[in-house]
Order: sequence, then structure tokens, then C-alpha cells
Amino acid sequence: MPTPLVVSDVAKSFTMHLRDGVTLPVVAGVSFSIRAGECAVLGGPSGAGKSSILKMLYGNYAVDEGQIIVQHEGGLIDLGSASPRTVLAVRRSTIGYVSQFLRTVPRVSALDVVAGPLVERGENREGAREKARSLLAQLNLPEKLWALPPATFSGGEQQRVNIARGFITEHPILQLDEPTASLDAKNRDVVVDLIAAKKAAGVALLGIFHDQDVREAVADRVIDVTAFAAGRIAA
Amino acid sequence: MTDEPLLRVSALSKFYGSRVGCENVSFDLWPGEVLAVVGESGSGKTTLLNCLSTRLLPSSGTASYRMRDGQWRELYRMSEAERRFLMRTDWGFVHQNPADGLRMTVSAGANVGERLMAVGDRHYGRIRATAVDWLSRVEIDEDRIDDEPRAFSGGMRQRLQIARNLVTGPRLVFMDEPTGGLDVSVQARLLDLLRGLVTDLGLAAIVVTHDLAVARLLSQRMMVMKDGRVVESGLTDRVLDDPRAPYTQLLVSSILQV
Ligand SMILES: Nc1ncnc2c1ncn2[C@@H]1O[C@H](COP(=O)(O)OP(=O)(O)OP(=O)(O)O)[C@@H](O)[C@H]1O
Ligand SMILES: Nc1ncnc2c1ncn2[C@@H]1O[C@H](COP(=O)(O)OP(=O)(O)OP(=O)(O)O)[C@@H](O)[C@H]1O
Ligand SMILES: [Mg+2]
Ligand SMILES: [Mg+2]
Repeated sequence: MPTPLVVSDVAKSFTMHLRDGVTLPVVAGVSFSIRAGECAVLGGPSGAGKSSILKMLYGNYAVDEGQIIVQHEGGLIDLGSASPRTVLAVRRSTIGYVSQFLRTVPRVSALDVVAGPLVERGENREGAREKARSLLAQLNLPEKLWALPPATFSGGEQQRVNIARGFITEHPILQLDEPTASLDAKNRDVVVDLIAAKKAAGVALLGIFHDQDVREAVADRVIDVTAFAAGRIAA
Repeated sequence: MTDEPLLRVSALSKFYGSRVGCENVSFDLWPGEVLAVVGESGSGKTTLLNCLSTRLLPSSGTASYRMRDGQWRELYRMSEAERRFLMRTDWGFVHQNPADGLRMTVSAGANVGERLMAVGDRHYGRIRATAVDWLSRVEIDEDRIDDEPRAFSGGMRQRLQIARNLVTGPRLVFMDEPTGGLDVSVQARLLDLLRGLVTDLGLAAIVVTHDLAVARLLSQRMMVMKDGRVVESGLTDRVLDDPRAPYTQLLVSSILQV
């Protein structure tokens, strides 16, 4: 099995300059890898650093130490030291991400929000919208909402738009930060199905799921983040 | 996608006598990339933008630009005439105050058409048709084409200025606080419009703003300036979500949410 994502010895701390430069160590020695076709889940209590790890793996948080090796367009890239331009390229074609909340963009319809990542990758707009329609239908988003900007949608409706946007591409790696948190049981099941389909397609998935049922339904393995606790190393 | 930048800036400094305008600024800009320059008042953003657009000559440092024929040219070694030509054909400059970028006493249509004539178009019908098309792209009704910008609202003027700048198909656009003097609701609309145009046209742009929300929405990369120097730079969402420099942390913490 190919291993598109290898994390080795990654450390992260935050230095708070507005609070006398105090340093908050979050994680250290983070090492794991994800194989194609499996779904690994980051586990651990609130504040353990699960989201921080995911954000580093998407280039959204800086990395203090270690390497995040990603198979990208036939080569290997260390996301921790990659240039902004390279990180953007990795996001465009290799790593997809479903955040916990949708960041709404004014005046863009839900349909185009979902189709966006495909259009960015050069697919034609109508084809991308067709896929977007089918995903939104699968996620039970009422058709009358499709043409509207999601800014005024309910939390669960926005989240389904967000999920559709994250699942529409065929990125070989997909990261999920509590995608089901604001969903009802019926739509949680849809997400579980979507994840299963990604696994079957050979995508490497890494996620955070607080919902026990969802976690049990999707996880091939749990990575315990407390094992990477950074402790109180003096700044 | 090209594997060469469009603009290479190296160790650019501008001093006003003993006062620092901007100091030792270096970066590359690629085609299609939007770079936001943020920082407090007096941090050197406008100075940097004016140096880059050659409206001002730096005290030291270099900036090279890749011309349409693929040749690299050093901006500060070009003749005045060459620079003017570049500004007319390949670049746009959107001022904070539309009155600085528009001719207030000629019609909206002429404001747009004039730029086309400057790049050599002489066909009246085509110029007018292009002007109408661009006015509609910036959401100005066709029946306002013969009005002077003096009769326009601030938001409309700014949209007209954008049309005037983009009509010639520039590769690089400089913007100094493009949403600056506008009401919040008008700002939002303009920002949407800019975002759409920049993406659709694949423009490279350097946008000076003190508004982090503008930077988040428009740019992929960001540079934070303080006292004329770049204190932090990187991917826009990385800089905003995990700010590292003390000054960036202050900037990010002083706003509610971006
Ligand atoms: N941008 C940031 N700046 C400063 N501290 C941060 C930042 N992001 C996270 N932290 C801190 O890092 C620690 C880990 O946070 P993180 O969000 O990664 O935890 P988590 O495991 O995802 O928790 P939860 O389950 O509650 O979402 C927390 O103490 C948090 O306050
Ligand atoms: N023509 C000038 N002569 C002397 N000093 C100048 C001149 N223009 C700018 N400065 C000084 O250079 C510094 C940078 O100014 P600049 O206009 O670039 O700042 P800015 O970041 O654009 O600020 P703002 O957000 O207020 O527009 C300031 O200290 C300013 O007073
Ligand atoms: Mg979290
Ligand atoms: Mg200024």
C-alpha cells in the first residue's frame, strides 16, 4: 500500500508575545503515517493538540520541528518547510480539508462554493456544478438553497455545504476536522458513507471525530495524541 | 502555470532624508498571485507600492519584471518612456481615492475607452462596446455611460476606476487601500467584485490594506510591515491563524475575527 503522508518528529508550540512571551508547548515527537485507503483518527481530550496537528498537516499552522512528507505530483515534499506557493499547489491537487465551520464568502452561491475546488483545478464550470448538485442532493440540502449564498444558512446546512466542498475533489489525502459536529443522525450517516467511498477509492483519510458512533464507523485506527504531549518544557 | 515569477524584488529601500520609508524588502510574485501588504499607518506600505510601480524611485535595491516576451527587465534602469508604456499596457494602479485614478470631467465611457486608445485601439464602435461590457462587469448600468464620475457615488467611482484599470488586460495590478474610503456594505460588494475579477482574469496583484479581512478574502500571500520593514510573511491563512511575530500577534488580536 502506498503511503502518501508521513509525519516524523513534528513539534509545535505557541509563543504568546502579548503575554510576556510565554511559550505554550502543544505537541512534540509527532510521528505517524497514513496509507492509501485507510482512515486514521486523531484521539485525545480537548486541548491535546488534535486540531493543531491537522492544521500543520495542511500548512495552516507553522511547524517548529520535524517533517511532514507528502507525495505530491510524483515527488516528495516537506510541507513544514515548503514555500507558500508549494503549499498552495499541494492544497490544490493533493490534500483536501474539511474544516469544522464553513468560512462564508459573500455573494457566491452554495452550488458554486461546492464546485469551486474543481473549477480551481481547471474543470469546466458546468461539469463541476453537476457534481456539486449530486453531492448536495446526497447530503439532503434542500434544492431551493443551492442558488443562495450560504451566509444565512443554519449551522448544519452550512456544514453540509462545507462537506460537499471538501469531498467533491479527488485529492489523494483528505483531512476532516469534526465534519459531523453540527449534523443530525441522518446526515451523519451520509458522511459515513462518503468516507467509506473515499476509502474504497484509495484516499488516505485523517480525521477528528468527537462523535463516538461516527468514529467507530469510519476509523481503521486511532492515533492517541496524548502520546505526543509536549509537557511543560521551559521556554 | 508558469514556473517563473513575474516580479522579483530584492533589498528594496526608500529613505526620505533620514526618515525610513521602507527598508530591505525582498519577495517574488508569481503570475496569478495576490499579495497583501498590511501594517499600521506609516509602516511604509504606500512607499513600497509606489516604488514597485515606479511612481517613486527607491534609494537602493532592485526590482525585475518579466515582460510579455519573456525578457527580464530591471525596472529602475528603464527609461521614463519605457516605464510609462509598461504602466499603460501591462499594469494597473487602483488608488484609494478614485479621483486620483479617474478623469472626473470626462464620461464614464471615456474613462474606460481612453485606456484602450492609449494601447492603440482606434475603432470607435469596438471601444464603446468594450467600455459597455466593462461597465457591466463592474455593475454600472449601461445608461450611465455618458455620465461623468463626478455624478457617481464613492462605490461606483471605485468600480469605474477598477474597470478603467482592467480593460487593457494588465498582468499586474497595484492597489492601495482599494476599499478604503467606503461604507462597510459598499466595501463588501466591491471586495466580492474584486475577488471575482482577480480569479477570473488570473491577475497578479499587490494589495495594500490595513484591513485583515480584505487580506484574507483577496490574497494568498501576505507581508506584514512595521517601521518600514517586513516583520512576517507567508501564506495568508498561516500568518493570520498562527501569527509568530510580536507585531503580527498584536495586529491579529486587535480585531474581532477575520
Ligand atoms: N493559534 C493558536 N494560538 C495560540 N494557541 C493555540 C492556537 N491554536 C491552538 N492553541 C492552543 O493549543 C492547544 C491545543 O489546541 P487544539 O485546538 O489543537 O486542541 P484539540 O485537541 O483540537 O482540542 P478540541 O478537542 O477542544 O478541539 C490549546 O491549548 C490551544 O489553546
Ligand atoms: N514624501 C514623503 N516625505 C517624507 N516622508 C514621507 C513621505 N512619504 C511618506 N513618508 C514617511 O514614510 C513613512 C512611510 O509612509 P507610507 O505612506 O509609506 O506609510 P503607509 O504604510 O502607507 O501608511 P498609511 O496606512 O497611513 O497610508 C512614514 O513615516 C511617512 O511619514
Ligand atoms: Mg479541535
Ligand atoms: Mg498608505
